[in-house]
Amino acid sequence: MSVTPFKLPVVPALKRQSYLNLYKRGVREDGRSIRAPRQLEIKVGVLEKAEGSALVRLGNTQVLAGVKVEATSPFKDTPNQGVLVVHAENVPLASPMFEPGPPDENAIELARVIDRSLREVRAVDLEALVLRPGEKVWNVWVDVYVLDHDGNLFDASMLATMAALLSTELPDFEELETGEVVVKRGTKGRRLKVDHSVVTVTTAKVGNYIIVDPNFEEEVISDYRLVLSFDENLRIVGAQKTGSGGMRAEELQEAIKVSKEASQIYFKALEQVRGGGK
Amino acid sequence: MMKTYGQIVLPGDRLDSRVEAERPFVTEVGQEKVATVLGMISQREGKGFFVPLKSIYVPKPGDIVIGLVEAVAATSWNVDINSPYSALLYAQDFLGRSFNPSTDDLYQILKPGEYLKARIFAFDKTRSPLLTVQGEGLGKLIKGAVIDVPPAKIPRIIGKKRSMTALVEEKTGCSLFPATNGRVHVDCPSPELEAVAIMAIKLIEREAHIPGLTERVANFIEEERRRKGI
Amino acid sequence: MKAKVGIDERGLRHDGRRPDEMRPVSMRVGVLANASGSAMVEFGKTKVLAAVYGPREPTQRFMVLPEKAILRVRYHMAPFSTAERKNPAPSRREVELSKVIREALEDVIITSEYPRTVIDVFVEVLQADGGTRAAGITAASLALADAGLPMKALVGSVAVGKISGTLVLDVDETEDSAGEADMPVAAAPDLGLITLFQLNGVLTEEEVNRGLSMALKAIEQLVAMQKSVLRQSYEVVEE
Repeated sequence: MSVTPFKLPVVPALKRQSYLNLYKRGVREDGRSIRAPRQLEIKVGVLEKAEGSALVRLGNTQVLAGVKVEATSPFKDTPNQGVLVVHAENVPLASPMFEPGPPDENAIELARVIDRSLREVRAVDLEALVLRPGEKVWNVWVDVYVLDHDGNLFDASMLATMAALLSTELPDFEELETGEVVVKRGTKGRRLKVDHSVVTVTTAKVGNYIIVDPNFEEEVISDYRLVLSFDENLRIVGAQKTGSGGMRAEELQEAIKVSKEASQIYFKALEQVRGGGK
Repeated sequence: MMKTYGQIVLPGDRLDSRVEAERPFVTEVGQEKVATVLGMISQREGKGFFVPLKSIYVPKPGDIVIGLVEAVAATSWNVDINSPYSALLYAQDFLGRSFNPSTDDLYQILKPGEYLKARIFAFDKTRSPLLTVQGEGLGKLIKGAVIDVPPAKIPRIIGKKRSMTALVEEKTGCSLFPATNGRVHVDCPSPELEAVAIMAIKLIEREAHIPGLTERVANFIEEERRRKGI
Repeated sequence: MKAKVGIDERGLRHDGRRPDEMRPVSMRVGVLANASGSAMVEFGKTKVLAAVYGPREPTQRFMVLPEKAILRVRYHMAPFSTAERKNPAPSRREVELSKVIREALEDVIITSEYPRTVIDVFVEVLQADGGTRAAGITAASLALADAGLPMKALVGSVAVGKISGTLVLDVDETEDSAGEADMPVAAAPDLGLITLFQLNGVLTEEEVNRGLSMALKAIEQLVAMQKSVLRQSYEVVEE
């Protein structure tokens, strides 16, 4: 059951006005343009036990993604493909709003939007994940861990997911006579085959403005957010409006233009990850 | 197709700015007046009025309502008044004197499942509505029947200057009390007449928006009585 | 398999529809006696039932807002609605859809009239053949109007898909599983607002805009049909 949020923090009316005054001049609190994301930092290989990992800081938002792989049986309808699963947790230490327990609708929405954006464009080559056709494949788990929530979990989590996947190295394995596959943990073999880079760009509608990469307060005062996913060819590979405010068709068109432009900053950061790993 | 009294309007439909209407049945979208519920534009003396055909009863101080006792609490009863808000009736009010927990057994006075007629004493949406039975004709309903109807239909069951209620009373010999919260109390000389009165009320409920109602109700009651020989 | 589901040489779809044609739509209101409002909507073989309870005081007293009613929405698929039995426990998909459906309806309801209460909307998919969230939103909006809740506008919904490179309206399950993209849209045409927008798949910017226009045009017709169904519930055929 989805319930109207009833525990959201109050953003003072004066604060909202001061945000709007800034937007009128085309800027934000930290001096950046309303069309630019916050300071972005991506670190890969931050964990040793995970096959791939990345820590992303987007302003004060921090997201950690870890990739684990497991040998498993393929799905019946895709016997010659590996499996990619994205899961997200809003860890209680990340925000006073997060509570311990199974993922809530926001965490589920986050994971599913990332998962869809990767799946539809075939960002990860699932056919390269077959160990024994029809019998054993790699299951690649991406676990997104939100560590500090200051807004725009979508973009930060997508970047962390992509960076972690780009840094993933598959371990060696051994096939026993029984057919069982034993993973040799700690070994590093092949790099995971990632064919496309995907980013999401989140815009928020606040007052009459469409702003890129909202912080948490900006999210709270926004009417809605629009998450647009792009591949490196700037095709739209996913979209999700989130929040209950209504959107005009012209706003969608403007958001697409603005988001395409902002995506370049994210792509550049991912290129560095790709380049650095080689 | 039978004609309705006026033009039917639906949520989202723009209304002429001169149409008289109350909140929440209309709202403003930009500069325009917009209907928010299914309703009808009725013309009277050259003026248009918005008549809701759907509504939810929200208590107003002074309304006389028919309540159904839901639960007995320590010093009060919780009363369902067919509204989003459940009402409170304090024992002290019902007794007309201070309440003594050692001698007064609230459960013996009003049980869950019993109806009462009460006035909304206070309500402002921040706390539960308060009821009072202090007033003439108010208190527990000890005989007759209570019929649930949509609150939007109550004005038609009453009619202009109580004309419709008077008609049903005259033709059936029953006494009727249509309460604004969508409940009608009927008190009749016999169970057979009670059945006819209830059917007449249901007819008004069903055809409230179709002209010629008064005549149809009168004919209906006469025909039913003739047919059943009562 | 894919060729069969695509667009044939006459430009028609696997079931004979044109690309911009919806399946037969049926709508009924007031189909349940207990609910404050209810509706059944069918898009072809997709059948969805929606019921509204409330506004009412919540059983959990903390779950209130002082200035408006809280909206609770559950989208749920019946175990027998799909080819393989669906586990009745809520899936991650159902959790997400409950959220986006709530958000698609929340702003058209004038919830400020009923502070400290909850409005429950239950959407049950009885038969799933694609477009269940769209039919569900269309049904929920009708059920809310049937319950007499004041609304700024009615909301209709439909999905646009892409099959063998062609944009098509109201994809069914066969097309959805073979299609390249699925873009569900909900909107309140009387307000000019899009209340739900999702895309699962790959489209160009031009296709997104064209698909959106197709969806909005169809939604205008769906809302006109909602209104006519509600109006008919108040018109009596002369005997």
